[in-house]
Amino acid sequence: MTGLLALIVVILFVVTLWQMSKIFKLSQLKNTNSETAQIANDKDNTINAKLMIMFLIFLYAITIYCFWNYSKFYLPEPSSAHGGSYDTLMFITLALIMFVQVVTQALLHYFAYKYKGRKGNRALFYADNDKLEFIWTIIPVIVLAGLIIYGLFTWSDIMNFEEEEDAIVIELYAKRFNWEARYAGTDNTLGNANVRFIEGANTVGVDASDTDAMDDVVVKELHLPVGRQVIFKLRSQDVLHSAYMPHFRSQMNVVPGMITQFAFTPTVTTEEIRETEYMRDKMQVIKEIRKEKNEESIARGDGPIDAYDEFDYYLLCNKICGASHYNMQMKIVVETQEEFDAWMAEQKTFGEQIAAQN
Amino acid sequence: MSEHALTADHSHDDHGHHHHEQTFIEKYIFSTDHKMISKQYLITGLIMGIIGIAMSLLFRLQLAWPDHQFTAFEIFLGDWGKDGVMDPNIYLALVTIHGTIMVFFVLTAGLSGTFSNLLIPLQIGARDMASGFLNMVSYWLFFISSVIMVLSLFVESGPAAAGWTIYPPLSALPNSIPASGLGMTLWLVSMAIFIASSLLGSLNYIVTVINLRTKGMSMTRLPLTIWAFFVTAIIGVVSFPVLLSAALMLIMDRSFGTSFFLSDIYIGGEVLHNSGGSPVLFEHLFWFLGHPEVYIVLLPALGITSEVIATNSRKPIFGYRAMVASILAIAFLSTIVWGHHMFISGMNPFLGSVFTFTTLLIAIPSAVKAFNYITTLWKGNLQFNPGMLFSIGLVSTFISGGLTGIILGDSTLDINVHDTYFVVAHFHLVMGISALYGLFAGVYHWFPKMFEGRMMNKNLGYVHFWITVIGAYGIFFPMHFIGMAGLPRRYYTNSAFPYFDDLIDVNVAITIFAFITAAAQLVFLYNFVHSMFYGKVGPKNPWDSNTLEWTAEVKHIHGNWDGPIPEVHRWAYDYSKLNKDESDYVIPGQDFVPQHIPLQDNEEEMHH
Repeated sequence: MTGLLALIVVILFVVTLWQMSKIFKLSQLKNTNSETAQIANDKDNTINAKLMIMFLIFLYAITIYCFWNYSKFYLPEPSSAHGGSYDTLMFITLALIMFVQVVTQALLHYFAYKYKGRKGNRALFYADNDKLEFIWTIIPVIVLAGLIIYGLFTWSDIMNFEEEEDAIVIELYAKRFNWEARYAGTDNTLGNANVRFIEGANTVGVDASDTDAMDDVVVKELHLPVGRQVIFKLRSQDVLHSAYMPHFRSQMNVVPGMITQFAFTPTVTTEEIRETEYMRDKMQVIKEIRKEKNEESIARGDGPIDAYDEFDYYLLCNKICGASHYNMQMKIVVETQEEFDAWMAEQKTFGEQIAAQN
Repeated sequence: MSEHALTADHSHDDHGHHHHEQTFIEKYIFSTDHKMISKQYLITGLIMGIIGIAMSLLFRLQLAWPDHQFTAFEIFLGDWGKDGVMDPNIYLALVTIHGTIMVFFVLTAGLSGTFSNLLIPLQIGARDMASGFLNMVSYWLFFISSVIMVLSLFVESGPAAAGWTIYPPLSALPNSIPASGLGMTLWLVSMAIFIASSLLGSLNYIVTVINLRTKGMSMTRLPLTIWAFFVTAIIGVVSFPVLLSAALMLIMDRSFGTSFFLSDIYIGGEVLHNSGGSPVLFEHLFWFLGHPEVYIVLLPALGITSEVIATNSRKPIFGYRAMVASILAIAFLSTIVWGHHMFISGMNPFLGSVFTFTTLLIAIPSAVKAFNYITTLWKGNLQFNPGMLFSIGLVSTFISGGLTGIILGDSTLDINVHDTYFVVAHFHLVMGISALYGLFAGVYHWFPKMFEGRMMNKNLGYVHFWITVIGAYGIFFPMHFIGMAGLPRRYYTNSAFPYFDDLIDVNVAITIFAFITAAAQLVFLYNFVHSMFYGKVGPKNPWDSNTLEWTAEVKHIHGNWDGPIPEVHRWAYDYSKLNKDESDYVIPGQDFVPQHIPLQDNEEEMHH
């Protein structure tokens, strides 16, 4: 793939250089000392007009190349309930802008080619046309109105979600440079918390005097039961972070001093997404890359690199937060309700943790 | 009657005849002449540009080959690049300062500062700016702020590294990153001075355009360059003070224990006393400037393009009034869209809806501008001078980059591409590359005006252009795709965990293109410096242009015109206008009618 891209680049580069040398030669012939030596003449116009068309071809080539080879990088089918409408809106918008892109770039470069200057040619004095301008004002207005309305309905559905009866409330707690999650426990109510309570085992600053807090469960790995709405309450301990869960088409900033929220319903379990063709192919590619890297690393004497056998969902930090920002992440496991319950039963509640500490 | 009196008055305006010997310091350093100040802006901007682009090359190396060791890191980064390995802190500092320098020092001061200064007096027919002194102060404040910004690179704890948006608390707390100590202080001081410089400059531009237009130069006869500079200056005056207030509050939070932006923070093992502030407030204040800033950068480039495209197409700019209306609409809308940078900041989702609406509205005047440029080319007699090529390149990247704005401006779609490489690709194309093309177009086109008739070498210009356009798309087009893959920006390496390993090939390709493109800029630098001293002196009006600057003296004199200031009788776009019976041009054998030529008997009046 990269080979082909490199080849295209090299070819275009060579052609460019060849044309350049032609320009040079031609311009040397003409009396270089004349006053007008540095002003484009008919030959310059002809050559640059040709280059305009070649550039248009390059632009289309790189577009096709990227879509052909890089589309596979687009995230897999969304793993959340609202993700479908997100992707639909994305594809409609993409199709629309690519259409406009292809047409306008063609017009721009074709006109540049077609109307190249010639001595003695006469340009058309054409200063205004109200009808034309009305047309290309009104068309964007209509198209954009459609997009805005569609977008706003989707936005409203995602952000102004209705709390479902069996919704599960989870606090995502960000600190440099890792995440913790706090489950609301059997009462499904998060206990009060503030950074002023941070002490020892109480890493997320839960208020120990709040009775709601005792059954809260604080963990370092996010487990979500499939098919149940999750309402995230986000809290930061130090600086701005952003909780980015790309596979769920979900992101919200985490702001010290306030609680932000985002909700979605996971629809695909970790097991299921590992079995998809998309993920198998992707893992295959990554494994091969890592095999090479591993060999290189051993050859360097740095020892083997970490194995990476199975895909896991992840939560990334997506707001610059310091030196290790690039590695601030948390594993997400989406599982069946039974698996989730079993996992939850193994966890210590906040009350138990505090008791153990004392 | 009164008209006659005015004319008479005008011809006695012999200001330009007074010459006196200037000392070196008066002429080259503390000059109050707008032409010299414009050159000072340009050269300072170019030097800052070299620094900014060099930084991007360093971090592109890191992104493409994260496991390799580069001696370049050791050489340029010193202790931050020990054994050829880049320190994560300096990576963040590099992206921060790259952004700051390119946005403010190159594309605001270097572009708007250069061409507003050069062209406003020359194109409206004025002897100089309304206040030459303020103009000089404006440049020297800019110079001081540049020096402070560059000095901050040599601070032991590193220059500012909280991103060019310097969101607190990261930028407020030195124990979050060391760079938020002295480095951040210098950043804030530098920017405060920069804002003062920008305000002095902008006020001067506004006053000059309003008051010093020559006789006959009504607002509707102004070249589009001047409209763009004028409106840019207004947006600057409206929005830059807000950034200053944000910076002042940040300084207070940092040094005087206030809590404007800080609340409930536990860092370095202790709880801070701050309570009640909000980083979201800072985001609002920052983007209240930050978004108009995009247009402060872009509008001058669009103005330059309008002028260069019309001249080199030998056609009037299509839809002059629509172009002016678009500039005004973009300027107005630009001040009410800042929230689209904050859809997922935690602000009320309803606000997100409002900002989506206003943001997508901007697409309308932008589309009008793009279509009008394309129509201007239609049936033209295109002269491919380097300035023209860069202008066409600008229209191309303005479209490509602008279109992806429709995705990012939609609050829903922003959720998953926010702060990914998709954003990086978008804004680099639409404002970075487009504005740089505008800068290049302006330099090639007005070089003879800046350097007393000398012209840049066109062939080197062609080499510069073609490598740059291919390279720029090569860098930023693939970048959209790694953004859509969910790759966050500002990551020191994308291979700390395996999920993004398969994107590395794309990053390598991008870096290669980046180096090719940067190499092409060396061609420009050589051409620029060489032509400054040895460039061929061309004709007085090399591009057969209508605007007034080409009637001014080729040799720089204080006051621009040796005789009286020319009077204006028409708009700036009478290219290829025919006489009444359409047998020949209005002036036989000449396809342009400069603005100072009175209405001829054989032509129709166009009411411009």
